[in-house]
Amino acid sequence: MNLYQFMLQNHTEVLELTLEHLWLVGISTILAVLIGIPLGILITRYPALNKPVLGGANIIQTIPSLALFGFLLPAPWIGERADRIAILALALYALLPMIRNTYVGIKGVDRAVIEAGRGMGMTDRQLLFQVELPLALGVIIAGVRVATVISVGLATIAAAIGAGGLGEYIFRGLAMVNNQVILAGAIPAAVMALLADISLGWVEKRLSPN
Amino acid sequence: MSDSPDTRPAIEFRNVSYRLHGNGDAARALLHDLNLEVQRGETLVLLGRSGSGKTTTLKLINRLLTPSKGELLVDSRPISEWDVIRLRRMIGYVIQDVGLFPHFTVERNIGLVPKIEKWHTNRISKRVDELLQLVGLDPEIASRYPRELSGGQRQRVGVARALAADPPILLMDEPFGALDPITRAELQREFLNLQKRLRKTVVFVTHDLREALLLGTRIALMEAGRVIAVQTPEQFLASTEPLPSAYKDAFGTVL
Repeated sequence: MNLYQFMLQNHTEVLELTLEHLWLVGISTILAVLIGIPLGILITRYPALNKPVLGGANIIQTIPSLALFGFLLPAPWIGERADRIAILALALYALLPMIRNTYVGIKGVDRAVIEAGRGMGMTDRQLLFQVELPLALGVIIAGVRVATVISVGLATIAAAIGAGGLGEYIFRGLAMVNNQVILAGAIPAAVMALLADISLGWVEKRLSPN
Repeated sequence: MSDSPDTRPAIEFRNVSYRLHGNGDAARALLHDLNLEVQRGETLVLLGRSGSGKTTTLKLINRLLTPSKGELLVDSRPISEWDVIRLRRMIGYVIQDVGLFPHFTVERNIGLVPKIEKWHTNRISKRVDELLQLVGLDPEIASRYPRELSGGQRQRVGVARALAADPPILLMDEPFGALDPITRAELQREFLNLQKRLRKTVVFVTHDLREALLLGTRIALMEAGRVIAVQTPEQFLASTEPLPSAYKDAFGTVL
C-alpha cells in the first residue's frame, strides 16, 4: 500500500488530525501574540525589564520540548488535558520571536520621526498606536511568521503526551516502523508550515510601510 | 484697549543649566547658566559650532529635555507648570531630518496636530490646502507619501506641519541644513516672506553664519554650552570680539 492509498483510505482521520494540529498551532499562536506583543511594547517603555523578559523567554527556548510537556503535566487545570498542555507549551516557545520582534521593530523606527511626533505634542499612547506600531508592523508580523512555522513543527511532538495532531501518525509510524504512516503525518505538517509561511509572508509584505 | 503690544518676552531662560546624568565621563554639563530672552515675533538665531549646545537649548523649550538647574518661562509662566502636551502643541517644531511620518500621506502629516486636537475633517483639509499654498507647494501633492517627494518638498511639508495648528512659537533645528545650496536659498527667502506675514516667535538653530545673518532678528552666539553674545546682525558684523571675528573669517570669502 503506498502513501497515496493510505491517505485516501484514512482521509477522515487525516483531516481530523490536521484540524487538531491547526487548532493547537492556531490557539497557541494567538495566545503568544496576546502575551508577547504587549510584553515587547512594555520593554520598550521600561528598559530595566528588557533583560529579565528577553532572558526569560530565551531560557524557555532552551528547554527541550518533550521535557516542557512533561513539566506542565502536574500544573493545575492545564495538566488535566493534554491539548491544554500542548497549547501552553507551544505558546511559551512562540513568545521569544514575538517579544523580540516587537521590541526590535519599535526600536527600529526612525528616531527623527519619534522626536518630531513627541515635539509636536503627541501623547505616548498616540505615538505608540499611530506611529510606532504601524511602522513596526512588518517586523512584528515577521516574528509571528517565524513563531508559527516553528509551532507547526513542534506541535507534532504534542502527540507524545496524547494531545493529538499530525504527530499521531509520526509516532504511530515510528512504532510500526512504517515510513508511509510517518509520511502521512509529516507531509501534511510540512505543507501546513509552508502555507503558513507563504500567507504570513504576504501579510508581512502588505503591512510593511514603504 | 489692546493698542499696546505685549512686551513680555515669549521665552525666557533664567540661569538654565543642563547636564547629562550618568557616572564619570557620562555626566557632562552641556549648558552652563544660560540667560536668554526671546521677544515676541522675533527670529532669534542660535549660532554655534557642533556640540555648542544649540539643539539642547532648543529641546529645553518644548521640554524634550528638562533643565538640571534654573527656570524656563514661556508666556511668563514656568514651563514646569505647563501641561507638557499643551505646551508642545503651541510650539511648532521643525528638525533637519524632517521626521515626516513615512506611513502617512502629506495631508495626514500636516493635519496631524489639528487631528489630535479634534478639529472637524473639513476644517483640516481646508487648512492643509491653505498651508501647502503658504509654503509654495501644489495642493495636489496632499495625497502623496513623503518618499515620493524631493528633499526640498519634504522640508516644506515639515514647515507646513509645524504651522498647522497656528502655534505662536516655532522651533527650527537646522531645517535647511540637508538641502542643496539652491533649494536652501529658495527656502530661506520663503521663510523670510512667511515670517513677515506670520510674525511667529522663532528660535532658529544653525551653524551657518550666512543663514544667521539673513534670517535672524538677533543672533545668540553659543560656544561650549554658553551664550557668548546676543547681537543684531549689524552688531555682529561690526564686532571685533575674537569669536564673531573667527566666524567672519571662516565665512569670509562667501559672505
